[in-house]
Amino acid sequence: MPGAIELGLLYGLMALGVYLTFRILDFADLTVDGSFTTGAGLCALIITHGGNPVLATAAGFGGGLLAGMVTGLLNTMGKIHPLLAGILTQIALYSINLRIMGRANLPLLRATTVFTPLSDRALLGTLTSIVLFALVLALFVLAMNWFLSTNLGFAMRATGDNESMARANGINTNTTKIIGLALSNGLVAASGALIAQYQGYADISMGIGLIVAGLASVIIGTAIFSSSRVAVATAAVCFGSIIYRVIIQLALMVGLQPNDMKLVSAVIVVLALLIPRWGVFANVRARRRARNLPAEPDVTAPIEDRDPVSGLVKPGA
Amino acid sequence: MLDVVNIHKAFFPGTINEKVALAGVDLHLDEGDFCTVIGSNGAGKSTLLNTISGRYRPDGGAVKIDGQRVDRLPDYKVARHVARVFQDPMAGTAAHMTIEENLALALGRGTTRGLGPGITQAKRSFFRERLAVLEQGLEDRLTTKVGLLSGGQRQALSLVMATFSNPKMLLLDEHTAALDPQRAELITRLTRELVAEKGLTTLMVTHNMGQALRLGNKLIMMHEGRIILELGGEDKAAASVEDLMAEFDKIKGVQLSDRTLLA
Ligand SMILES: Nc1ncnc2c1ncn2[C@@H]1O[C@H](COP(=O)(O)OP(=O)(O)O)[C@@H](O)[C@H]1O
Ligand SMILES: [Mg+2]
Repeated sequence: MPGAIELGLLYGLMALGVYLTFRILDFADLTVDGSFTTGAGLCALIITHGGNPVLATAAGFGGGLLAGMVTGLLNTMGKIHPLLAGILTQIALYSINLRIMGRANLPLLRATTVFTPLSDRALLGTLTSIVLFALVLALFVLAMNWFLSTNLGFAMRATGDNESMARANGINTNTTKIIGLALSNGLVAASGALIAQYQGYADISMGIGLIVAGLASVIIGTAIFSSSRVAVATAAVCFGSIIYRVIIQLALMVGLQPNDMKLVSAVIVVLALLIPRWGVFANVRARRRARNLPAEPDVTAPIEDRDPVSGLVKPGA
Repeated sequence: MLDVVNIHKAFFPGTINEKVALAGVDLHLDEGDFCTVIGSNGAGKSTLLNTISGRYRPDGGAVKIDGQRVDRLPDYKVARHVARVFQDPMAGTAAHMTIEENLALALGRGTTRGLGPGITQAKRSFFRERLAVLEQGLEDRLTTKVGLLSGGQRQALSLVMATFSNPKMLLLDEHTAALDPQRAELITRLTRELVAEKGLTTLMVTHNMGQALRLGNKLIMMHEGRIILELGGEDKAAASVEDLMAEFDKIKGVQLSDRTLLA
């Protein structure tokens, strides 16, 4: 179980990235499946050539930035539907990732990774490593909260919330989308770089279906720690990531095979989407909503007293 | 200030669904002019405002603000100088952001948005001051999500957001039409006060002829993509709702005789 928590924390970066596109930009970005492997592959390549593991992880982040930027350009300049733009980049990345890695699997046995200091002291899988991972992730959460509270962060949130309002206030929503997608995929790729070092290899298929894990983390996290505050939601998706990995671990413990996990993840997301609408949960939600309803709705239907020909209303009507 | 020169705009041009929305519109407003716009449904009023704000690109003609052409600029660039309030109270604000966050977004109009803090104490006290003018108690609810406000409150907020960064032009498209009469009256009063305070050059579409006559110093009437009546200064002050209705009846008369001719 400590292993599942560690994985949850490492994948937490990916969940933060998915949160940025899925919830802040309201953009269902499928680039993730490809950019995760890009980060892992770049990092593994540099490490096997004797590079510094921290720099290798940063390079992974950079690869993700570029991948996200491509999706952003396809969507904004190319006016390609968000889902299709993401799929196109993802597929293109499959070939690029193979080029980067040179083959389908790149082992990191005995190489020095960011985790070597921990594994040398036999600290992996202990409370110490969990606390360390959590601290690092917390730094990223704080950085994300800070970013989202800046003028640029506000512009990005407005882009996802009400795009025409954002543009009417002078925000170039193409730019905010491209920056958001780049940052998001940078985080995803950094997560891939860490996972590659943690499990000791990069593999061409390690990103397949990962978007589902990301969505599961975001949906589970924000459903449990329901708050409309962005600063709470960012921490919540990290908890969501841990919970997701624990559920997967439990599924393995009751005898399901690793190959069944894609099915399990899909089922988890479906349940996470449906359960809040059922029975007790729906009631809890309805009550929470009711507390937040506007005090005095005063929007009326368009006035029907118009003169049918002129469409005008005489005074006093 | 604003020069609209012979603009044309058609939707679905060259198809059987072609719909000419603007058929040669000329309009000049001086700095500080407050012009009301009336006209039947489908006359092209919204299309005119959308063309000025850069949302639509005219097929022909030019839109100039302070002598500079803006009709080829993307809408978010035009928005640096042109603020607008929409008919739908939901359209002008970001529902999942707080009142102060929305105000901060509007305050950033015309600036490059970087990594400076979105909210500062100085901004906050400025927001309080501006919201107090509305007398809606919003100044004490800065951290409330805008989605929780009533339509009237959202529209009042939109109005403040559109005016407080001193845009060169303010465009209002039936911004009181979705509200009940009392709140529409309130928003109308606020509009008059805010526009007067800042001396904003304003174009306001309304379906209420009384309002069109009471507010502003100019009035235009549109029909089928053209401006068919323009009243300024004393002519406008002297005009009555009956005069405007008579103008409309003239158009109806023309339409009827057209139909009679075709029959
Ligand atoms: N986005 C659009 N697509 C197609 N036709 C449109 C569109 N917007 C407006 N029109 C048409 O253009 C004409 C003018 O519309 P509009 O400017 O909205 O009128 P008004 O605001 O005066 O009621 C109408 O006939 C309308 O059907
Ligand atoms: Mg209209």
